[in-house]
Amino acid sequence: MADETGAADAPAIVLQLFVTGQTPRSLRALANLRRICDLRLPGRYEIRVVDVLERPQVAEEARVLATPTLIRLAPAPNRRVIGDLSDERRVIDGLELDGAAGSSLPASFP
Amino acid sequence: MTPPPDPTPAPVLPKLPTGIAGFDFIAQGGIPAGRTTLVCGTAGSAKTVFAAQFLAEGVRRYGEAGVLVTFEEAADDIRRNMESLDWPIAQWEAEGRWAFVDASPVAGDEGPIAGDFDLGGLLARIENAVHRTGATRVSLDSVATVFARFEHHATVRSELLRITQALRTMGVTSVITAERTQEYGEIARFGVEEFVTDNVVILRNVLEDERRRRTIEILKFRGAPHGKGEFPFTIIPGDGVVVIPLSAIELQQHSSDVRISSGNRELDRMCGGGFFRDSIILVSGATGTGKTLMTAEFLNGGFAEGERCLVFAFEESREQLMRNARGWGVDFEAAERAGLLRLNCEYPEVMGLEDHLIRMKSVIDAFGPQRIAVDSLSALERISSSRGFREFVIGLTSFVKHRQVAGLFTSTTPSLLGGDSVTDAHISSITDSIILLRYVEIFGEMRRGATVLKMRGSMHEKQIREFMIDGTGMHIGRAFSNVQGILAGRPRQVSASEIDRLGTLFADE
Repeated sequence: MADETGAADAPAIVLQLFVTGQTPRSLRALANLRRICDLRLPGRYEIRVVDVLERPQVAEEARVLATPTLIRLAPAPNRRVIGDLSDERRVIDGLELDGAAGSSLPASFP
Repeated sequence: MTPPPDPTPAPVLPKLPTGIAGFDFIAQGGIPAGRTTLVCGTAGSAKTVFAAQFLAEGVRRYGEAGVLVTFEEAADDIRRNMESLDWPIAQWEAEGRWAFVDASPVAGDEGPIAGDFDLGGLLARIENAVHRTGATRVSLDSVATVFARFEHHATVRSELLRITQALRTMGVTSVITAERTQEYGEIARFGVEEFVTDNVVILRNVLEDERRRRTIEILKFRGAPHGKGEFPFTIIPGDGVVVIPLSAIELQQHSSDVRISSGNRELDRMCGGGFFRDSIILVSGATGTGKTLMTAEFLNGGFAEGERCLVFAFEESREQLMRNARGWGVDFEAAERAGLLRLNCEYPEVMGLEDHLIRMKSVIDAFGPQRIAVDSLSALERISSSRGFREFVIGLTSFVKHRQVAGLFTSTTPSLLGGDSVTDAHISSITDSIILLRYVEIFGEMRRGATVLKMRGSMHEKQIREFMIDGTGMHIGRAFSNVQGILAGRPRQVSASEIDRLGTLFADE
């Protein structure tokens, strides 16, 4: 999986998503993440996907146990969310997309 | 009716020697190769040492690389802690023979769980470390922490099962440690044994008679034999876990016909020509009856033959021993200068009995004596439970006999006359010979008697002989032929006519 960026300028948020291969769970996590980001930070996010089977050393350095694991690399400090990201409320809280992360976008729930 | 044909016996699984001293002996070769063994214990029961040592011995003894997956302590802490055991882990890492998968929690690293997950990241990291180092041994320490970190216990359980299956597919032999909440009760917290059921080892750290006693028990090895019951172990710098397979030692040492002198010609005669080369002699008596003297003479008999003698003294200081020996005409200083004697004086209380045993073994191996004296065993009994003491004596005697060394142990009986002693009761069946020293009260005078109670594999004199002690040692004289009840502690004069009458009762035809 290639890194993808939804940002023209410097992104407001840089996310790293660790997954294990192209399993349904991996794909679901990525789809859930894109959907949340498109709603909250359209055009201002960057997602870097790491397949732990291909790059275990990156998982080692980040000390990832669970997959999927989402890490907010920027803005600092790092924040983590575990799972296929189907629980949107927890993802938003975990990434601090409401407020602290500098998101001034209005909350928009499905 | 004909009985059904025997089912094909289950093939015995090959074992992988762990290299942990004593453990492979009780495990009858090691842990099942290519499988996972669960090692459970309460906090402080040395699970981490066991898990790390399984890998360390692989590296240093068998040239096998190892991977330590650490969930609880950070890799840095383990590197540092294991330095006290003299394991150069950082160096092994640099050589590619050891790798950490550091899965310990880092502050702020945990996030909320927002949906289904697995432990694919962990598995990928383990596989990566195994492939990178070519490891054949993997330890996971301790999985309880994983349950504490992820509240979805069903997921964690099934994921750990998946990891053990993956380890098996990789062909590695693994050790997984798990927490227990109590020494005797459920096998492990979080039902860990439900997914690693085949092989279970339990480490215990029990308070017994106000003393810590570490034991190890192999609960089961599926399809493979192993020693049963709890075996004591200790942890020693440079060695790590050392299991003491006492109760498993078979008392089958081949015995020698060679006789050695007790250092006292008359005592040799009473024993039918001296002690046997590889025998253990117990000298039992009340305080002041001459046990230490008999020890000195036994050593002196060794010096005369140019034999090296080692003394473990637990009651008297070096100076006291030297002075006592001089008083009986035995020159310890000269023997020491000639390299024939080493005195090891120690307070029993300085360490636990298991540690005493290990230390004594290493001193014996370093000095290589032909004779060993322990004065006294009963002093060591003070610091142990009776079971621990018996195991200690078995461990020591078997070790000594394997080396074809003669051992003389003394034991102090609590009462002045007669002599029931707990020590004797515990160990009399283990020793080859027993010599009793007793006070004998006759007409208001305390005299001393000696008798050979037991002499395995040899004829010996049955009489109780009177002996005197002077500046040249022990002088054994005639038998107390007209006194009865000495051993029972109630000496009684017997008239000459009664002796005559008894004599005729058993007169030869």
